[in-house]
Amino acid sequence: MVFVLRSLWVVLQHMFRKRETYRYPEEKAPLPPRWRGRIVLARDPDGGERCVACYLCAVSCPVDCIALQATEDDQGRRYPDWFRINFSRCIYCGLCEEACPTYAIQLIPDYEMSEYRRDKLVYEKEHLLIEGPGKYPHYNFYREAGVSVGVKDPGESREEEPPVDIRSLLP
Amino acid sequence: MTTGGQIVVIIMIMGGALSLAAGLIWVERRLLGLWQDRYGPNRVGPFGILQPLADAIKLLFKEDWSPPFADRSVFLIAPAVIFATALLSLAVVPVAPGIGVVAEWNVGLLFFLAMASLGAYSVILGGWASNSKYSLLGGLRAAAQMLSYEVFMGLSLAGVVVLAGSFSLAEIVRAQADLWYVVPQFLGFVVFLIAGLAETRRLPFDLPESETELIAGFHTEYSGMSFGLFFVGEYIGIITISALITTFFLGGWHGPLLPPLVWFLLKTLVLIAVFVLFRAAMPRPRFDQLMAWGWKILLPITLINLLVTGAVVALP
Ligand code: SF4
Ligand code: SF4
Repeated sequence: MVFVLRSLWVVLQHMFRKRETYRYPEEKAPLPPRWRGRIVLARDPDGGERCVACYLCAVSCPVDCIALQATEDDQGRRYPDWFRINFSRCIYCGLCEEACPTYAIQLIPDYEMSEYRRDKLVYEKEHLLIEGPGKYPHYNFYREAGVSVGVKDPGESREEEPPVDIRSLLP
Repeated sequence: MTTGGQIVVIIMIMGGALSLAAGLIWVERRLLGLWQDRYGPNRVGPFGILQPLADAIKLLFKEDWSPPFADRSVFLIAPAVIFATALLSLAVVPVAPGIGVVAEWNVGLLFFLAMASLGAYSVILGGWASNSKYSLLGGLRAAAQMLSYEVFMGLSLAGVVVLAGSFSLAEIVRAQADLWYVVPQFLGFVVFLIAGLAETRRLPFDLPESETELIAGFHTEYSGMSFGLFFVGEYIGIITISALITTFFLGGWHGPLLPPLVWFLLKTLVLIAVFVLFRAAMPRPRFDQLMAWGWKILLPITLINLLVTGAVVALP
């Protein structure tokens, strides 16, 4: 009997505790910066598209909700011709972000994407591509990469030796 | 009282109980929220008070589907039975001196016990007619639970009857003018409270519908308004039991300063809040524990209580 009264008393005391609820539409829960929500495609600090259309995100996605088509511009820079994420399937696992070699695809703390129509949850490239570099402000893939696509010439990146002249016999 | 006055009283008590039952759905959810550090429904109308209305509209517009494998006529009658019996037992409750449908009736208490037994039919028939495993198990549990707890329910009231010398509820309340029966009949009060919880199938005794193992027990197959009837029937049951505890043990309408009706309502509402508190605080026992508790602890307690009360009254 005593334990019954004790639990009744403990619960009754909760009358005077602070409530835990966030009254959502008016008052939003604070989200940590690494919260996995809506997916965006980021750009270089120079403004170029980061995505190199390597398909790694599409392959890593456990629910197969990413589709894209690779293409190249006249300087040989790869980019996706179109890029589509079906958010009605996405489980926000973040594996695409893990897989991406260029920090292009990023999950950001935003979950307010409800729609009345299901097909509106399919986001195309123009919905996904944002103007800034997202969570990694200084990274620029083509500045580090070995290939030259008009961003820099070979040998010009931070940790790179100038290319070896294979025709010279000098050490 | 004139026939016209009597009809007005009947309508007022019935309407009051029904609207209280609707309000109770909101009160319960808000109170549970309060005790669980959250808000509960607070969007529809001021403080969410129109939530039951929204729920009722939703239930009315839902398809009232009865499964093809069910025994259709019994399936449809079952929810009505609980609703009717719960409302009928409210008829014997004296709300204030002279106000009550048949409060002076000299077998009022027996009538209430009879209605409680009939209410058991509703859940048993509902579980049986649904013709599915979960419902049947819920119905079986309801049968065992309600039948055994009825025993102590009746016996715990016997002490009150011995003291008051009457089966009429108004007479019982009048006999408590000097001393509420909760003092001389404290054991009876505790047993009746527990049996009342079991009889209305409220947590912690909601084994007939325990969601975790039986989905919704005896009303698994119900939808739309026939589910709504079970739902409202349960709340009317709570009101009835609270009103009866007030009548039998807490002095009914007696109380200083305030008018009798206000005292009666106040006591009943506090008891309803206690019922909700039980729901917020208590875990559900196992079914064998429930049975063992009833037969091995509550029954001896009530018998001893009855014996002592009888001895004290009989001695000069
Ligand atoms: S978050 Fe997971 S499910 Fe969503 S697109 Fe990326 S890999 Fe696929
Ligand atoms: S988003 Fe990243 S992983 Fe996906 S195709 Fe583009 S570069 Fe590759």
